[in-house]
Amino acid sequence: MARSIWKGPFVDGYLLKKADASRASGRSEVIKMWSRRSTILPQFVGLTFGVHNGHKHIPVNVSEDMIGHKFGEFAPTRTFHGHASDKKAKRT
Amino acid sequence: MARIAGVNIPTNKRVLVALQYIHGIGAAKAREICDKVHIPDDRRVAQLSDAEVLQIRETIDRDYMVEGDLRREVAMNIKRLMDLGCYRGLRHRRQLPVRGQRTHTNARTRKGKAKPIAGKKK
Repeated sequence: MARSIWKGPFVDGYLLKKADASRASGRSEVIKMWSRRSTILPQFVGLTFGVHNGHKHIPVNVSEDMIGHKFGEFAPTRTFHGHASDKKAKRT
Repeated sequence: MARIAGVNIPTNKRVLVALQYIHGIGAAKAREICDKVHIPDDRRVAQLSDAEVLQIRETIDRDYMVEGDLRREVAMNIKRLMDLGCYRGLRHRRQLPVRGQRTHTNARTRKGKAKPIAGKKK
């Protein structure tokens, strides 16, 4: 079931602070974060987040199209390199 | 012969059924259209007057997205996901189920016919 609209999008609070701080500092650096469950908001556009995939932080450059998706969608948690006999399968 | 929404020429069938030959119109929308244009359920396409055909055509053009436009929109939505690099996009790229279904077995609709694995038998 989809989330109720009256609740608004879910975002972990610390992200908002980090995003503000990053904007204020003016430098483009990867914001490390673990909150894969947070929704991407319009004010995140243009920033780069390092989304944790359980192993390391995957840099995600937030673009306008990504608004409304969750951060976790952009950092795959599984690596599948194909089966031994399967030559063409590969995943980035 | 009645041409509605481009290439579709369903005939000899009840209007309610014939409309469903159009991509993007199923049972529910066919019912809606028939209600809007006031066509009884048992009317066949061949028995429609020209005015009624015109009315149906206008209703569909105005209120519904069908055929090419619809296909294009769906393809664009999928393309958007693929270009975005999100999980759903990756699944589309790899021709695997997108909505979290199991792939250990089944998922043949997306994966296609089972490929034999060399040396699987003992």
